[in-house]
Amino acid sequence: MSSTFNVVTSQEYKYGFVTDIEADSAAPGLSEDTIRFISAKKGEPDWLLEFRLKAYRHWLTMAEPDWAKVNYARPDFQAIVYYSAPKQKTPKYASMDEVDPELKRTFEKLGVPINEQAALAGVAVDVVFDSVSVTTTYKEKLATVGIIFCSFSEAVREHPELIKRYLGSVVPSSDNFYAALNSAVFTDGSFVFIPKGVTCPMDLSTYFRINNKDSGQFERTLIVAEEGASVSYLEGCTAPQFDTNQLHAAVVELVALDRASIKYSTVQNWYAGDKNGLGGIYNFVTKRGLCKGVASRISWTQVETGSAITWKYPSCILLGDESIGEFYSVALTNHKQQADTGTKMVHIGRNTKSTIISKGISAGDSSNSYRGLVKVQPKAEGARNFSQCDSMLIGQSCSASTFPYIEVQNRSARVEHEATTSKIGEEQLFYFQQRGIPAEEAISMIINGFCKDVFRELPMEFAVEATKLLSLKLEGSVG
Amino acid sequence: MLLIKNLTASINGTPVLKGIDLEIKAGEIHAIMGPNGSGKSTLGKVLAGHPAYEVTGGEVLFEGRDLFSMAADERARAGLFMGFQHPIEVPGVSNSSFLRLAYNKKAEAEGRDELDPLEFDDFIHEKIKLVAMREEFLDRSLNEGFSGGEKKRNEILQMAVLEPKLAILDELDSGLDIDALRVLGDAVNRLQRADRALLIITHFPRILETIQPHYVHVLSGGRILKSAGKELALELEERGYDWVLEASAAGGAR
Repeated sequence: MSSTFNVVTSQEYKYGFVTDIEADSAAPGLSEDTIRFISAKKGEPDWLLEFRLKAYRHWLTMAEPDWAKVNYARPDFQAIVYYSAPKQKTPKYASMDEVDPELKRTFEKLGVPINEQAALAGVAVDVVFDSVSVTTTYKEKLATVGIIFCSFSEAVREHPELIKRYLGSVVPSSDNFYAALNSAVFTDGSFVFIPKGVTCPMDLSTYFRINNKDSGQFERTLIVAEEGASVSYLEGCTAPQFDTNQLHAAVVELVALDRASIKYSTVQNWYAGDKNGLGGIYNFVTKRGLCKGVASRISWTQVETGSAITWKYPSCILLGDESIGEFYSVALTNHKQQADTGTKMVHIGRNTKSTIISKGISAGDSSNSYRGLVKVQPKAEGARNFSQCDSMLIGQSCSASTFPYIEVQNRSARVEHEATTSKIGEEQLFYFQQRGIPAEEAISMIINGFCKDVFRELPMEFAVEATKLLSLKLEGSVG
Repeated sequence: MLLIKNLTASINGTPVLKGIDLEIKAGEIHAIMGPNGSGKSTLGKVLAGHPAYEVTGGEVLFEGRDLFSMAADERARAGLFMGFQHPIEVPGVSNSSFLRLAYNKKAEAEGRDELDPLEFDDFIHEKIKLVAMREEFLDRSLNEGFSGGEKKRNEILQMAVLEPKLAILDELDSGLDIDALRVLGDAVNRLQRADRALLIITHFPRILETIQPHYVHVLSGGRILKSAGKELALELEERGYDWVLEASAAGGAR
């Protein structure tokens, strides 16, 4: 009866199935021709093609970043399929009846409500399958209050002036290696526009699914909340189980004008690879929000449980005076998963405030790093930040690191940083077991307690899902 | 209720228990005393199933069942309770939800009805009176930021909730002031019944003035050197442990 505390297996990934559907795909490889192909497929205006080509030419001059605490074989960008869409007659399904039944079944299996009648009350969904948006629910209803919620491609066709004004305004196409790649080859995604003074009556949601074995997913999300508008947006994602790695390089841009508020929540459950580290998604994502207006507010909440590699730093640029940025994160890694995630809070306006709550949980042989920057620029009089970064280790062979960067250029600023590392160790588990609580339930309870400050920021439905997901991911983590 | 036969155990290969024999019957209160490092706490942890200790020999029967064939949580649900010397702090897990889960696990194992949060609320409010705990401690995170005394109070509250057949209380008196010790001692006495038993592990005899044992055992070097009635506790208070150790070394203590 020596120490029985070790990591063995985990629940099988239940979203790992592949949908057998005829796809319209580009040949693998990346060149200006590929980009022209994508742009032509989508019938895009010239300015957008130029935007892509400019990004691509810049990308060619860039090197893949290597500062993150992750190790992986660099993707072969010429082996990736940059466009893959389920074959369909019309560019966009006019109604749900036209959606391929096989696709419908896929999303039913995933539990994604694409049928409005059967949908969760109060959640509108845009569904993205590989490179294209399949359907968007509740579009008409939302339009009655002036809200635009549609696929990115549709927005380019229907609302080009808005896209032209805001695309790349928060994440420039030259921002970083993966943002530049995305800007060159992005295929679809969601567009949300909440007009002045409107509070979005329901949560909006996009569900991303990578199905094609060799395809990358490069989606683009743009959310604009005008003066006094507010919206809560949810993002979910899964992918089939393959032995090879798929690349997911998304860009999300949020713009909040005066007194607008955007709450962006993610439950990320991309396939993480098997327990030996074979396969899984490379999740290299750039997410950034611009608090452009006075007293605007952007709040990121993320629960990161999947992907072989996660490289992601949802950030806030606090430009407007008295604007508020928030980042609430739970990142769980198990087996051979590696996550390097965190945030950037850039205080530019006066009396801007930011809050960072990060909870990292590592099990198995995984590596979990928090990397965060709090920057207070010279004019950010009265800026305040509070950061709390907690790490929890399960077992002996995982690791957790915290890399906080703090740059303060205004003397009136107040920046607080707290960090803790704890271990679900024998003593803690033994205490629970001595009270009759089995180890699995004990871990689940300890983890949920640890993540409480983040979970309570999630919309109710998501919070329940997140709690279940963490328990599933850690099932069998103690023997 | 509990029968320990020639029990030996080690930690990281170092023997700590070197042959313990002890029988505890229903209705009895036993005290294990001894100097620091004698193996007293180890005995409690081995019985409760702490994973760091390896049982190297001997046998323990709990209610006639082989104790070591049961996992730690199974032993607990079967009615074996240990009050910890150093209870663990668990941030974010409310004391009341922990208590309710523990209660319901045992109820489930015994085929009784589980309590929903409202029912449990009524139930626990009766229980906290027993240990004179303030209500606010139910909503706080489990043991987080509790003083030493508050943690011990919480241990006895858990005992009151679980109503174990056998409670092993490891150094209940450490970190307690005299008043708190009396309150918790009284609570333990009120929980004791003819079909339950207590094993009090302590360094100081003071607690035994409140919880009066039927038997006192002196444990040192991983062995029980002397067993007697409660008068032994008084003698230890006056004379310390050395004389027992010396007598044992001379071969006459038993």
